[in-house]
Amino acid sequence: MGKITFIEHDQTEHVAEFKAGSSVMQIAVDNLIPGIDGDCGGECACGTCHVIVSDDWFRKTGTPGGEEEQMLSMTPERASTSRLGCQVVITDEMDGMTVHLPEFQM
Amino acid sequence: MPTLSKTFDDIQSRVINATSRVVPMHRQIQGLKLLMGAKKKAFGPRRPVPEFVESAIPDVNTLALEDIDVSNPFLYRQDQWRAYFKRLRDEAPVHYQKNSPFGPFWSVTRFEDIMFVDKSHDLFSAEPQIILGDPPEGLSVEMFIAMDPPKHDVQRSSVQGVVAPKNLKEMEELIRSRTGDVLDSLPLGQPFNWVPTVSKELTGRMLATLLDFPYEERHKLVEWSDRMAGAASATGGEYADEEIMFDDAADMAWSFSRLWRDKEARRAAGEEPGFDLISLLQSNDDTKDLINRPMEFIGNLTLLIVGGNDTTRNSMSGGLVAMNEFPKELEKLKAKPELIPNMVSEIIRWQTPLAYMRRVAKQDVELGGQTIKKGDRVVMWYASGNRDERKFEDPDHFIIDRKDARNHMSFGYGVHRCMGNRLAELQLRILWEEILKRFDKIEVVGEPERVQSNFVRGYSELMVQLTPKS
Repeated sequence: MGKITFIEHDQTEHVAEFKAGSSVMQIAVDNLIPGIDGDCGGECACGTCHVIVSDDWFRKTGTPGGEEEQMLSMTPERASTSRLGCQVVITDEMDGMTVHLPEFQM
Repeated sequence: MPTLSKTFDDIQSRVINATSRVVPMHRQIQGLKLLMGAKKKAFGPRRPVPEFVESAIPDVNTLALEDIDVSNPFLYRQDQWRAYFKRLRDEAPVHYQKNSPFGPFWSVTRFEDIMFVDKSHDLFSAEPQIILGDPPEGLSVEMFIAMDPPKHDVQRSSVQGVVAPKNLKEMEELIRSRTGDVLDSLPLGQPFNWVPTVSKELTGRMLATLLDFPYEERHKLVEWSDRMAGAASATGGEYADEEIMFDDAADMAWSFSRLWRDKEARRAAGEEPGFDLISLLQSNDDTKDLINRPMEFIGNLTLLIVGGNDTTRNSMSGGLVAMNEFPKELEKLKAKPELIPNMVSEIIRWQTPLAYMRRVAKQDVELGGQTIKKGDRVVMWYASGNRDERKFEDPDHFIIDRKDARNHMSFGYGVHRCMGNRLAELQLRILWEEILKRFDKIEVVGEPERVQSNFVRGYSELMVQLTPKS
């Protein structure tokens, strides 16, 4: 078990509990965090679970794969620490992580 | 390996691009029309244009699997498509039809398999067309929906700003006031055709705004789009006269070249560029010379016009059809108007305004126990995936608070996912918010007329009677 904080574009914070093995997208959807859609259900095929990971945590989330990179490149709000939430599998190491949500999902 | 006709199209594009600096684009297209006419006279057509004559669609259970042909443009018009696709999903989810009027093709009909094909742009190419049949010979325009990465990515990124959510936020009030104007002008207590009065009118106004097209000529955008998406050779539609397509393309080229040059001149004179499509194209290094590549110029304009026309229009009509088939949902909506955003997704799932996208296998691929051969045409039937019992519970039912409504496939998945999805959702959300403010009952009176096409899931007539709120 651990905690992750989602910060909406207007700075509203939402803290959600997680169990390792789930994805950032799934946690957001299960906790009804506004601003994450997850339309494709975790297939890395819609780009609607875009999150911007805090610098300190980015390395712990690994690196985006080729498919993810392709989808992220289509997002106008892409940042250097952008990830698709469905491709970040949560580990216990990520307890306390903060992710920012873009203004819009594509 | 390029086919002879592909090579011919390539050469033709190159010649057109090279001469575009000295010959106006609409003259080039008129020239092409003459050239194609002469070529057909001398050598005969590259392929016969299929002619579609309506006859009663047989019960799917009387057919052998191999004789099932879901490219029949009357399948949807006669409202028979559900049984056909259900049988394919259950008995032959990856199905080969070797003798269709559009040539042989594979149908992929289950949600999961469609997702796989849509995601795998390395195995399945979107080039050169995303419709089942071919466009009129000589009019093989280039658009990024029918390009593979990396060329696709460059072109898409240069135009997506026009429908990006940021731009849309600016437009919301404009869309709302126009929607209100149209709804306020509707007759009360007497039947009228919702399709031209509301669905076509609202989408036409939106297109004119996005393109900054002369407002009083906006009907032209709708007519071009209807004829292009409705070509018999491409989608089994009702427009079989290919000569008219050339005239349309020339007319379009003329209108848009004029618009382009006008904006160019205004910008050179120091005017601030707008947020319309052409201004955005002119602001981007990759596309600022697009006018010198006519087939690409027309292609990308066509894509935006067709993409923003049939889709939203038929979802605007389809929502009413759905509500009338499932009247309890309107009561649910009135009690909980906050369901509108989810209902919008459910309308788009239930209607699936574009039935499919086509791909071509880039290598042999095993799928669903079948071997799709390199070069074969593969049709991803979104309309079937959206009704797949393996994915959606009671898929034929319209349920406005359906939990996984957003998982629908109508926008496609992967790199070609619909660029205008947020605009479509916005237009539909506003339409329903404004409907609820004004009307108590929206009754469909009479059977809707559906269009002839294997691609567009649309309505040509939807008679409606409104009762105002008391």
